[in-house]
Amino acid sequence: MQLSRIVITGVGLTAPNGNCLSDYRKNLLDGKAKLGRIEIRYMGEVLAGVCDFDPLKYQKRKELRVGTRAGSISIYCAREAVDDSGIGFDELDKNRVGIYVGITEHGNVETENEIYNISQFDYDTKFWTHHHNPRTVANNPAGEASLNLKSTGPAYTIGAACAAGNLGLVHAMQMLQLGEVDFAIAGGVSESIHTFGIFAGFKSQGALAEHEDPNKASRPFDAARNGIVVSEGGCLYTLERLEDAQVRGAKIYGEIVGYHVNSDATDYVLPNPERQAQCMKAALKKADMLPQEIHIVNAHATATPMGDIQECEAIKEVFADCPDTYVNNTKSFIGHAMGAAGALELAGNLPSFEDKVVHPTINVDELDPKCQTPNLVVNKPITAKRVDAILNNSFGMLGINSALIVKRFSD
Amino acid sequence: MTTDECKKVVLEIIAEIAPDEDLSDVKPDVALREQLDLDSMDFLDIVMELRKKHGIEVPESDYGELASLGSCAAYLTPKFNALV
Repeated sequence: MQLSRIVITGVGLTAPNGNCLSDYRKNLLDGKAKLGRIEIRYMGEVLAGVCDFDPLKYQKRKELRVGTRAGSISIYCAREAVDDSGIGFDELDKNRVGIYVGITEHGNVETENEIYNISQFDYDTKFWTHHHNPRTVANNPAGEASLNLKSTGPAYTIGAACAAGNLGLVHAMQMLQLGEVDFAIAGGVSESIHTFGIFAGFKSQGALAEHEDPNKASRPFDAARNGIVVSEGGCLYTLERLEDAQVRGAKIYGEIVGYHVNSDATDYVLPNPERQAQCMKAALKKADMLPQEIHIVNAHATATPMGDIQECEAIKEVFADCPDTYVNNTKSFIGHAMGAAGALELAGNLPSFEDKVVHPTINVDELDPKCQTPNLVVNKPITAKRVDAILNNSFGMLGINSALIVKRFSD
Repeated sequence: MTTDECKKVVLEIIAEIAPDEDLSDVKPDVALREQLDLDSMDFLDIVMELRKKHGIEVPESDYGELASLGSCAAYLTPKFNALV
């Protein structure tokens, strides 16, 4: 069966260091991280990446009060992506628009807030809010976007730990190819910095970063890395079948040509480089590409001591003889945006199709010898001979792995 | 508490739950939903805020008493005064 080619026609994002692709990209090339400290219930100050987009650009104050932060992030990203795509959204058949939002988790923030709320009333559950269920259903971030856009097609989330950003795109691609929808808004979001549980969990796991300078705290591949900086954020793309995009003369950022998703089936939290390598290889096979044809590999590396080493092993195995393949990482700038990570990290590299510049991973003062990887772009951007294809890694807990390949569009 | 003071308390609650609304000219004898963008969840918010902030319970069978600012005041003023 000949499947339609699927292209990216719009990008909407919010990251700690940028609320649109151009600002975000500029900061990645300028080496500007933006992480800070926030006060979190029960824990005090923690390092975190906070987004400063204006939610009132697309929502009323009442909607902000009733909805969730993840919903606001989804709405902002979806509306920005639709606007960027240049499509006449009002004229679209809204029954044929799909919204597919990757999430690491959802509902923890709202549940923690309510438990705290009733704790002020001696845990009397009559003070528990009636907004709790619509806020905490797993489809909330996608559902809020559908309400805001008045989009009547399928709108739901894809739960896939920190691989979710890629998974949102994979699912949208499949739905477009199956003819289930004609226009998709897809990627990932995260509101995780508003739950103490995620910080407390990582701390108990020994995986929460600490550094006196927040902007130096997220340091994948560096010998002194000591864990994750959790961030909020989102990135949603508009995806279309190539033939539809061409009919309307859409700007095309790139074509999704391959992907793969697999599972380690070995541990709750520890990664498995063998399965990661298999995942990348299977994505290449689906794309009918050789490793040498990939020019940027965006590593998932979160700056945990073991995880980075294991991903480097997997990348070295797959891209063993690839002199024109560069490896970079985005978490050193924005921390780990959880469900948004894969989608945001891809966005940071998409402009490389135009300018051939590969943004670096920063904060590498002393490269961990065990993370020594050929063509790892460290601290300063480099200009490649060519950038025709990007492989975007995103992995998550319970051993979910994803690799997505996006190619420069060529008719 | 007078009925006017009670209306002020209700308007303060509505200002919180419907912050986009202009409350400068709410007509007391016209249903709130006819002049403001309020839905059934917002009315549950009014009930919750009365409970949380003022210790006033509005049983479900009485929700209709909250239809207008005037009916709110008529229904709630005795409840406020009974608290004292």
